[in-house]
Order: sequence, then C-alpha cells, then structure tokens
Amino acid sequence: MAIKTDAIGKEWPTTTYEVGKEKIREYAAVVGLDNPVHLDREAAKAAGYRDVVAPPMFCVVYSAPALAPAMFDPEVGMNFATMVHGGQQFEWGEPACSGDEISTTAKCLKIFEKEGKDGKPNNGFYVFETVSVNQDGAEVVRGTWTNIVRGV
Amino acid sequence: MAELNAGDQIAELRVTPDKYTPHRYAGASGDFNPIHIDPEFAKAVGLPNTILHGLYMMGLVARAATEAAGGDPRSLKRLSVEFRGMGAPETEIAVTGTVKSVGDGTATIDVVAAQGESETIKNAEAEVEL
Repeated sequence: MAIKTDAIGKEWPTTTYEVGKEKIREYAAVVGLDNPVHLDREAAKAAGYRDVVAPPMFCVVYSAPALAPAMFDPEVGMNFATMVHGGQQFEWGEPACSGDEISTTAKCLKIFEKEGKDGKPNNGFYVFETVSVNQDGAEVVRGTWTNIVRGV
Repeated sequence: MAELNAGDQIAELRVTPDKYTPHRYAGASGDFNPIHIDPEFAKAVGLPNTILHGLYMMGLVARAATEAAGGDPRSLKRLSVEFRGMGAPETEIAVTGTVKSVGDGTATIDVVAAQGESETIKNAEAEVEL
C-alpha cells in the first residue's frame, strides 16, 4: 500500500509561549542542571544573558505544542499504534531567556517509505520541522522531528 | 574555555533516573504520554513497564556535550540523535562521547547513551562552540 504524502509542505498554526524563570528551574532540576545561569537572575546577567537562560533542550517545552496538531492531523494519518520517535535534531540560535515570547511554526518536511528488512513490511517516515523565533524575530531553535511508523 | 582535541573522550555522565523521574519530566516538559507514567497502560500496549522519555535522555546527552564544552549553554549549537532503544527508570544511564573533529572554534562530538548493553541513543552528534 502506498503511503499518503498529501501533507508534505503543510504548515500548522503558530503557537506562542512565554518563557518563565520557575519553569526553567523545574526543567533544569529534572535533567540535573545546576549551572546558576539557569536558576539565578544575577548569575545569568553576569554571564551576559538578558535574564535566567533556558537550557538548550528546554526548547521542547515551547516548540512541541506547535507540533501536536501536526501529529494528530488526519491528513498526515500516522498510525500511533506502531509509531516511534525515531530521531531528533535541534539547531540553536539566540538563547531563550525568562520573559521571552517565542513563536513556533510546524511544517511537514517529508513523508516517505523505506523498505522493511527481512521481508517485513515497509516503514513510514514522517519528518516535521519546527522553527521558533523570539519577540525580536531572531531564530531561537530549529527542530527536525522524525517519527517512524512500522509496517505501513 | 574547554580544550578539546579529535579523539578525546569527553567526561562520562552517569545518572540513575528514579521511579518518578518520568512523572517529573512529564510535568516539566508537558509530555504526559501514558507510556511514560502509567505501568498498566504501558503493559497493555506491549511494553515491559513505563519507559523514559526519549527527549529526557536527549536532555542528558545535551548536558554531557555542554559540560564538555565548558558548561555555558550557549556553546551547544546543534544536536542530532537517533532513539534506538527504550530507556527504563531505576537503571543507570551512561552518556559517553568522543570528539570527532575540531576546527574553526567548533568541535563535533559523537555521543551514545546506554543502559548496560542497551544503547538507547545512538549516532548522536553534538556541535559545540569552543
């Protein structure tokens, strides 16, 4: 069965997220980050940041909400029963600091199938991109999210 | 400033997530997929038990790469990973890495996250500014 590729190039509505100091602290604690630039305003400013700075991987907090409608879009049509998050890339630009308002837009980059190994059915690859910019229009992060659906 | 040379091993990061780490990560990240927090649900969909969030483990990889570059979060410019295995709570994760190349003030580091023999994150590549 050929995989549905109609959603390639589709974009979903932009979401916005205001970064907050205590949310950064909560994230940093789980991942075990104790660098004071993530926790203390004065330490962050002394290191040249506008305010407490988010750890790079905090980007999932503000970029994933833009991706959610793409994941569940029937036009994309991913079968969640056999889907795994196969790969992820982030490229960071301007740091995200407490008080920043970050806007993220998700887009479907690619949908394709790859031959299954040893006679298994083909796997479907669904690749999405999120681009996040801050209130000044500077790019904060660009994410590439690869989901694999086994047996399309 | 960190000095890194091609072939160097970065400092190993060892972390043992506890039983409730996926709950705390769910709260911190907003990802409440029940496979991470509900053992009954996880077993019903064929998993041995609840599993760690892949992006939590990627967070540990980012932490190890940032520390290798001297600790400033600005130094991590790019990180790409493949999620290859399921991570289990209450099992030690070891993040190891080797500097692949250095040039133009940037180092590229190959990173792996593993629980024992099970490599949960493979083919990870971090680009850090020195």
